[in-house]
Amino acid sequence: MAFTVTSKMLANGAAELSLFGELDASVANEFKMAVEKAAADNAKQLILNMKDLEFMSSAGLRVLVFAKQKMGYDVDIYVIAAQGPVRDTIEMTGFHHSVIMQDAYSAL
Amino acid sequence: MERVDAYPTHEYQGYKLRPGKPFPFGATFVPGGVNFAIYSSHATSCTLVLFDKGEGLPKVEIPFPDEFQIGDVYSMIVFGLDYENIEYGYRMEGPFDPQRGDRFDASKILLDPYAKAISGRDVWGQKPNWENVYPHRALLVFDDFDWAEDRPLEIPMEDLVIYEMHVRSFTRHPSSGVKFPGTFAGIRQKMPYLKELGVNCIELMPIYEFDEYENSRINPDSGELLMNYWGYSTVGFFAPKSGLAATGKLGMQVDELKALVKELHRNGIEVFLDVVFNHTAEGNENGPYISFKGIDNKTYYMLTPEGYYFNFSGTGNTLNCNNPVVRNIVLDCLRYWASEYHIDGFRFDLASILGRDQFGYPLSNPPLLESLAFDPILAKCKLIAEAWDAGGLYQVGSFPAYGRWAEWNGKFRDGLRRFLKGEPGLTGDIAQRIQGSPDLYASRGPTASINFITCHDGFTLYDLVSYNDKHNEANGEGNRDGANDNNSWNCGCEGSTTDVDINALRMRQMKNAAAMLLVSQGVPMILMGDEIARTQNGNNNTYCQDNSLNWLDWNLMNTQGELLRFYQKSIKFRLAHPVFRNRWHLSNQDRVGSGFADISWHGTKVWQPDWSGSSRLLAFMLDGKHARGGMVSDDDIYVAMNMHWESHWFELPRLPGDKRWHVFANTGVPSPADVWENGQEPVLANQDGILLGDRSVVILVGK
Repeated sequence: MAFTVTSKMLANGAAELSLFGELDASVANEFKMAVEKAAADNAKQLILNMKDLEFMSSAGLRVLVFAKQKMGYDVDIYVIAAQGPVRDTIEMTGFHHSVIMQDAYSAL
Repeated sequence: MERVDAYPTHEYQGYKLRPGKPFPFGATFVPGGVNFAIYSSHATSCTLVLFDKGEGLPKVEIPFPDEFQIGDVYSMIVFGLDYENIEYGYRMEGPFDPQRGDRFDASKILLDPYAKAISGRDVWGQKPNWENVYPHRALLVFDDFDWAEDRPLEIPMEDLVIYEMHVRSFTRHPSSGVKFPGTFAGIRQKMPYLKELGVNCIELMPIYEFDEYENSRINPDSGELLMNYWGYSTVGFFAPKSGLAATGKLGMQVDELKALVKELHRNGIEVFLDVVFNHTAEGNENGPYISFKGIDNKTYYMLTPEGYYFNFSGTGNTLNCNNPVVRNIVLDCLRYWASEYHIDGFRFDLASILGRDQFGYPLSNPPLLESLAFDPILAKCKLIAEAWDAGGLYQVGSFPAYGRWAEWNGKFRDGLRRFLKGEPGLTGDIAQRIQGSPDLYASRGPTASINFITCHDGFTLYDLVSYNDKHNEANGEGNRDGANDNNSWNCGCEGSTTDVDINALRMRQMKNAAAMLLVSQGVPMILMGDEIARTQNGNNNTYCQDNSLNWLDWNLMNTQGELLRFYQKSIKFRLAHPVFRNRWHLSNQDRVGSGFADISWHGTKVWQPDWSGSSRLLAFMLDGKHARGGMVSDDDIYVAMNMHWESHWFELPRLPGDKRWHVFANTGVPSPADVWENGQEPVLANQDGILLGDRSVVILVGK
């Protein structure tokens, strides 16, 4: 399934990126540009809605790692509703220790 | 300013190229492309071979133009690669003349010795494609891991309690209950267990990429597949084994291992790697071409004058570690693990080989060992030698240390085992071992001594007290493999038994071993699972067993809770009392005017140790005012060890002032009175003496 990413700013200053489909090396740059835009917009939080993300390759993980360092340590990253293999990948690589994993977004 | 070095100067079959940087070796990301650099002093030409991931045949083979070679290094930048889907290797042309040491074969595709990740054995035990033209393939790796504030912990050596484990064995057993069994991620999930046990360092058996199918075979008796399970045979020195990562099949093993190190550090636990630089997986002249053999055979291996492989490792070949080029790869490798993975220390398998020259003779001043000891990046790393090799060099106490190297103290293991089983006449030897072996490490201090009674080689602790002889039939070698000098005693019955008395004695012996290990000066090391009486059914060499002989059975936590409790409290006690953790040797004299020597020796009568040839008992007192060389004040500690099969009354040294002896541990009484919580030890009713049951250890604290 093709990959798409949609962005919106929430009222509380958080940027929400919704990821659809399969995230691999061929499309990772789209995700990366969306993260860069969120950083440029001075998002207070970064919300990654992964409800409809079906697969994430190492290139996708690289963008998560990039996001964590690009946004700065005072910007919390929320990973919302990661499913099945995507959730496993995040847990296996230990990235869940660096972000806030939630089933539904609830600002901390 | 725009970087001009991002522009291609050459083109080959549509691939844009530029002369590369000879340093660093390996594949490195540069703006717009990847820099490939590889060394060979005897090749006549070199070709870069690129595959799309998992494809049977290369997508392109790019010969290095002559102008891309500087000295003996071929380097090239290739632009526009899809880094996630590339596997790369090399072909080397050159002479095939084994007698002169050259074995070039351009039909082979060779692994970059500096490969940072390797595919081919992505999922543990998955049957390989034997027809693969390039079975172990180099991958490209990013160095972008988010370490946040992490760095190596730099816990002082004397404060360490090491736990030796195999990554797969630790959580592979179904009883582990972890989500990703047998992996780096699995260890992360068991962090609470390690924390409760109290160890502050884990030493991982080999995690460099190895081939579990190397020399794999079917056991004719059982029909079981025997593998290269432990992994003491390296395929790639810079790559974590993907089969030990839950994410190996996704190529994220680097992230997974780094996440483990970071989490361990966050929990105050250091990470040591067991590194195998003495040989490789390429075997001898009959072994496969993987990497070095086809890149520069006579540089990387020790060869006889006839061009055969020297075999000081007992495994077919010997890495030529004191060749300056090989020395550099070892150094680069350790620097990489220390800086890129935040590894805290290294244990060198068969380290004595690293001190041999290219003809195998021991060097008095081995350049490799010296380089490691004085390296700026490794400056705070712990360096531990297995100070012997399979070629007969035994250097316990004499390993070239340069003030840095510690050793696996084989003499501690042997002495303690023999004392434990009740051999007479060992009290003099035990006194040395308890003090951190000043007879071996006079100028180096007790931290040169890694004290252990069991390690992956040999019996587990439970088996040490349950078997007189090895039982290695499952290895399919007619019980000929594995050591014969185990210094073990089965307590009256070979193997498992329902005999209550024998089982009680075994439990006591295991506690005795733990107690003596944890009150000794030096650095204690515990073998994974000994704290819950893990058994290998008497097999003392389970290198090939991917099954319950190696896998830790977590159900033992329920049945062996008594032993686990003893370990947990004893480790905590050690870490609470600096008097056990001196950096420098005890002097056996009163150096602070406390009225007592830092360590004093006793027998059944105070001040009268029995050093005779028939003695099986020894007691000692550590004076708390001498803790850390007198820098801190601690409680006084008295330890009595009765390895005789009869009970003995031990008189106790009289404490000054209103101090009184309290009982921390007494292995001779039933649980839960065998060990107490640190700080809550009950006062001893009779301050004049204590009765030690047969084969038991008592630890008192004076406060």
